[in-house]
Amino acid sequence: MSTSTKPENRIVVTGMGWVTPLGHDLETVWQALLTGESGIAPISHFDASTFPTTFAAEVKDYDWRPYVDDPAWHESIGLNTAFALGAAAQAWKMAGLDGFDRLDPHRLGIYLGSGEGTMDIDAYVPIDIDAWDSEARAIDAPKWATMIKPRLSVDREVEQESNMPLTHLAMEFDARGPAYNCLTACAASTQAIGEATEILRRGDADVMLSGGAHTMIHPFGVTGFNRLTALSNRNPPEDITTASRPFSLDRDGFVMGEGGGIIVLETLEHAQARGATPLVEVAGYGSTADAYRITDIHPEGRGAAAAMRDALDDAGVTTDDIDYISAHGTGTKENDSIETRAIKALFRDRAKGVPVSSIKSMMGHLIAAAGVCEAIVCALAIRDGKLPPTMNLHTPDPECDLDYIPNTARETQVDVCLSNSFGFGGQNDTLVIRRV
Amino acid sequence: MSRQVVITGLGPISGAGLGIEANWEAIREGRSAIGPVEAFDASGFDCRIAAEVKGFKVRDVVPKSYRKATKVMARDIELAVAAADYAARDAGLKTPGTHPDAEPSYASARIGCHIGSGLISADINEFTGALIEAKVPGGTGPGDFDLHTWGREGMNALTPLWLLKYLPNMLACHVSIIHASHGPSNTITCAEASSGLSVGESLRVIQRGKADACFCGGAESKVNLTAFAGQETIGRLVSGDDPAAVRPFDEQATGMVIGEGGGIVILEALETAQARSAGKVYARVLGFGATQTVHRPSKNRTPDEGGTSIAAAIRAALREAGIEPDAIDLVVPYGSGLPDYDRAEAAALRDVFGDRLAEVPVLNLKARVGNCGAGAGAIDLVIAAKALHEQTIPAIPNRDQPLPGFAPGTDAPRPADLRHALVYSTGLGGQNTAMVIGKV
Repeated sequence: MSTSTKPENRIVVTGMGWVTPLGHDLETVWQALLTGESGIAPISHFDASTFPTTFAAEVKDYDWRPYVDDPAWHESIGLNTAFALGAAAQAWKMAGLDGFDRLDPHRLGIYLGSGEGTMDIDAYVPIDIDAWDSEARAIDAPKWATMIKPRLSVDREVEQESNMPLTHLAMEFDARGPAYNCLTACAASTQAIGEATEILRRGDADVMLSGGAHTMIHPFGVTGFNRLTALSNRNPPEDITTASRPFSLDRDGFVMGEGGGIIVLETLEHAQARGATPLVEVAGYGSTADAYRITDIHPEGRGAAAAMRDALDDAGVTTDDIDYISAHGTGTKENDSIETRAIKALFRDRAKGVPVSSIKSMMGHLIAAAGVCEAIVCALAIRDGKLPPTMNLHTPDPECDLDYIPNTARETQVDVCLSNSFGFGGQNDTLVIRRV
Repeated sequence: MSRQVVITGLGPISGAGLGIEANWEAIREGRSAIGPVEAFDASGFDCRIAAEVKGFKVRDVVPKSYRKATKVMARDIELAVAAADYAARDAGLKTPGTHPDAEPSYASARIGCHIGSGLISADINEFTGALIEAKVPGGTGPGDFDLHTWGREGMNALTPLWLLKYLPNMLACHVSIIHASHGPSNTITCAEASSGLSVGESLRVIQRGKADACFCGGAESKVNLTAFAGQETIGRLVSGDDPAAVRPFDEQATGMVIGEGGGIVILEALETAQARSAGKVYARVLGFGATQTVHRPSKNRTPDEGGTSIAAAIRAALREAGIEPDAIDLVVPYGSGLPDYDRAEAAALRDVFGDRLAEVPVLNLKARVGNCGAGAGAIDLVIAAKALHEQTIPAIPNRDQPLPGFAPGTDAPRPADLRHALVYSTGLGGQNTAMVIGKV
């Protein structure tokens, strides 16, 4: 078992919260995942009716204001920060930190894996077009500069930086300890949790907030992924709620989601000393690079398998101990078959006996924020002895031949989970989440 | 007991030059890299100067087999790729990128990569050249932009890999591919604190034994229309075209100028560096600290007046290094020339160093190479390490009327007994990072 069992070296989760396309509180979203609900609908943030992809999993009916102390600090925020604030407030409360006055602000850190805010499209796009010199095929720079300046707002310019969810959480919770934001594409919030765990293990903080928040559901985010042909195009209205089909032979790409998840991490010693209930332990973390190609995953899942192996080693467990794998499972042709191959390379004879599922089949792909939501799912699976299904898996793919918990949740004893996240470009991160 | 970590390779890229020798000479002798913007016609902006990287083609610094991939590199990525090449060569590190036919210095899995980056602006000409395909009077989007046309056909004017040019993690991903670093890899995006936090993370990864060597640092270019407009809107830039207007820690400071560039340093475990007979060790990495500013009146957009969280980061780094402030002989600060920041840093430095501050050289490099954003802290660290190695204090720019407690600037370099250097950064959003390095 663990290489270290001292309470000051064991890092536990004491609070969790999320704002997702399936709801804005822990239990509602968990129940939706267990019953196989879909968060996918036609895009409402903008008119995507002619785009190659017209749908996404958007957060619905959400207001961040009830979650914060003083909305004035946050009036200018983007959606990513709004999601982070709501998720963090839930986690903070669950951890029993509301009203807890013995936390040293310098020992409270934050490590997020959040995505950038949305550029000020309404200001830039018309000026870009009006300042275009069609003969030179270039922007008339002086004209552009003169036209754009009155249109821009300080708030929008500042708030699009990807460290803004971090800085707003710092203001909200008076967190003055170590503070980081990483943005390793789709692996970001898993990596953040891993690195936050390392900061606690070193003793550089007593409590860390970790997780992430992101939305790319705006015209140019969808454009970017459409041009990469990474998204599902299953546009007929009767098909969109089932468009995310990880591991199914008829999968045709991922479905964009948005949202945020935050967890409270602390040493077991600190949690016990203040009488907090440890929910699960972050027992292991692995980070690797494919270092293969910018456009493709290594065909044998070299980096993915190495990240899983490193996380197992870090936790001092073996593949025999793993009860569940929360897959990256995006629903692209490439990811799902290669992730399967990597699991098989590592788990060998046991591969088909380990349940694997992808909640992206229901809530879509939250990009930078995906990993933390999947880590939360592992924690809830351990708590309740229930595994969420991979929905929309009706057509087996010969290259994806593991037990993906197809279409129906499962009850079983769950003690140790792996949670995988693999970023565009080849940064891979895996966590081991274990019963305390 | 964690492993000792040393700096063995320096790869700066800035307006001052390409690689360590050019940068060091320019900084040492006090040459400014700030001048009129050449990348675009800046006459429509109040600030018309910047520190641009010149004479540089990314094709020259990648292996032949990787030239095709340069097509999907934004400027920021190019800068990081070049910096990594300079750093690896300076360290004598054999990788598939520097020595395609030689046995690599390290197993791939033992090399990590932590590279900070900023918000990368899309090439406005490429982007608008596509937008124009969806121009319809009174369109369904903002202005004459028609979202329907864009969705149906306009977006096809963008290259399929368009998004990949602009993802911030692509700096680390390209460097990892070129140099076959398969170990821990991260992309930290905390504005001007990004480089310092990235080097700190490499330090921790090596200390805990997850890698033996790391590429770390950061790079960014805000020398483009979009980023210029953003920075001017936020109110950070000086007005006009006088390079000497950037005056960190001077009573007449009014703002900063944009620089482009950054740096990669090679960190190695001392034991493995010795085992591979690394040619030189520039400095020992002794301490690191990271903190967060909370200053609600400014929505964390400027530090608190006392610079308390900056001071806390510095103290954390000193504590880990096990030295007193008296043992610091060189400070390379954030030192942007932004008056709010300068005053907060000055308070933090007075708090840490007391009256001795007037005797400690405070080398404000942003007056030479501009504010290189996510790459800034790496240039600072590179110059600090080189100064320790050369036992030389470079000329200190543009400080005729120093803030209380500071010594004035100097025109020429001078030899000195430099035991330790302190490098720290803060930035928009309030993340603070500090590192103490020591001479070998």
